[in-house]
Amino acid sequence: MIEVKGLTKYYGRHMAIQDLTFDAQRGEILGFLGPNAAGKTTTLRILAGYMPPSQGTARIAGFDVLEQSLEVRKRIGYLPETVPLYPEMSVWEYLDYMGSLRRVEDLEERISEVLEEVQLEERAESYIGNLSKGLKQRVGLAQALLHEPEVLILDEPTIGLDPAQIIEVRHLIQKLGKDRTVLLSTHILSEAQQVCDRVLIINKGQLVAEDTPENLQAQISGADQLVVRASTETEALRDLISLIPEVTEVMPGEVEGEVFVMSVPGKDIRPEVARKIVEAGFDLLELRLAGLSLEDIFLQLTKENTHLKEGG
Amino acid sequence: MRNVLTIARKELRLYFVSPVAYAIATTVYLILGAIFFINVYFGLRGETIPPDGRIVINPLITILLFATPAITMRLLTDEQRMGTIELILTAPVRDWELVVGKWLGSFGFMFLLLAVTWVYPLIIHQMTEPGIDQGVLVSAYTGLIFMTSAMLAIGVFISTLFRSSVAAFFTTLAVFLGLWIVEGFGSGSGVGSEILRNLSFVSHYYDTLFLGMFDIGDLFYYLSLTALALFLGTQVIEARRWR
Repeated sequence: MIEVKGLTKYYGRHMAIQDLTFDAQRGEILGFLGPNAAGKTTTLRILAGYMPPSQGTARIAGFDVLEQSLEVRKRIGYLPETVPLYPEMSVWEYLDYMGSLRRVEDLEERISEVLEEVQLEERAESYIGNLSKGLKQRVGLAQALLHEPEVLILDEPTIGLDPAQIIEVRHLIQKLGKDRTVLLSTHILSEAQQVCDRVLIINKGQLVAEDTPENLQAQISGADQLVVRASTETEALRDLISLIPEVTEVMPGEVEGEVFVMSVPGKDIRPEVARKIVEAGFDLLELRLAGLSLEDIFLQLTKENTHLKEGG
Repeated sequence: MRNVLTIARKELRLYFVSPVAYAIATTVYLILGAIFFINVYFGLRGETIPPDGRIVINPLITILLFATPAITMRLLTDEQRMGTIELILTAPVRDWELVVGKWLGSFGFMFLLLAVTWVYPLIIHQMTEPGIDQGVLVSAYTGLIFMTSAMLAIGVFISTLFRSSVAAFFTTLAVFLGLWIVEGFGSGSGVGSEILRNLSFVSHYYDTLFLGMFDIGDLFYYLSLTALALFLGTQVIEARRWR
């Protein structure tokens, strides 16, 4: 549904994105993860047909975003980060305007449907200027859904919302992603983890990782990691835990009696570790998984800008 | 074309819900009404000026020099400042449709504003015997509407250049004044003077249409100016994408 090859964009001499290549299938929710100014918005704007790339190509539903911009724009729904709306129009008027520009058939009926979808039926007559940030966000979403686009491009769709609204919007995105392609950018890792089928991590305009959230996590940590602390000397604890067959490495921890255990992935060795320690007559003080969170992965990737191979 | 009408309709509607448009209309009618009253009360009654519907047109044009930039100043500046242009330009709308739609909306508003001023010549017509020359009036008003169309197009073009309405207002005003006084620099006999005279807003109106001389060339001048300004505006919007 979306094919991007070698996409590069310069603003003057500043390179905003460099040689991005990725694709997305129908029914897939693809997350764009990256710190601020990583090039997320630039990429989405190019895909939405707002600005042309400096180099490279992007095709949406088989149409080139540069050569067949109108065809592309007919097929996408776009929600920019700032949710630009006309404050002096009512919600209904605004959707009527955008729907007319998009040639939506049976517009009135469709507006009612979309308002119901984003739970704004009650505010149809309200002026947009009087709506809260969360409600404005929903108007923006309604506008993006109005023409039932094949591809939805959402730039930071949950930014500035309260926790309840965030959960609502995430549910909505998941629902929408079932039968269309959703491309969303976020800098919130847990959001990507919850909502997206696949995540692209982008930093300084470059793709640094691409995989499912679960695989990314496994890939970086490489193995399951445990932190173990017991009422004994580090050395003794180390010897004891090394006896477990799945353990690949035991390193001394930060304090006396603490070790850092690496084991082959996929098997939880915690019960075994606990048993060994108790059987040896020590007190088990701490036993926890030290697997990197997406936050750690993200920081690690964006700091080192390490290139990772796509994993399965 | 349907998009042009959609955009124009929206703009026209927004004029009627925005205080700015009412402020402009009030100012125009207030000043025009006062001048008309003074003219009629002191001039016409005292028979110091001849009965002529055009006594409203001179002050009207002066007011329009200021009112038109006020009407066009926010048309594309607001869209750019608020970012709403991003949603229009990512909808299947061509750049020219946006620019022409904006112009048409402002033209609709201005047309209504001017139509109401027709009431003043009608009053004079009623007051005097045998009334006023309707032919001259029609010619003068037709010219005025074509001139307004060009002024609005220039205003729309300039509003594509700025994010600030104030900057757009003063730049538009400066361009109008330039087109107004350029004739003064063309008083010589050379080719340059000829060109300057032909550029002037004034010479294409006061020398012909205002006098009842219906010249297709003058209408063409205002139409070309309208088309040129709208074309330039479209180019600016298109260039924005490439930045």
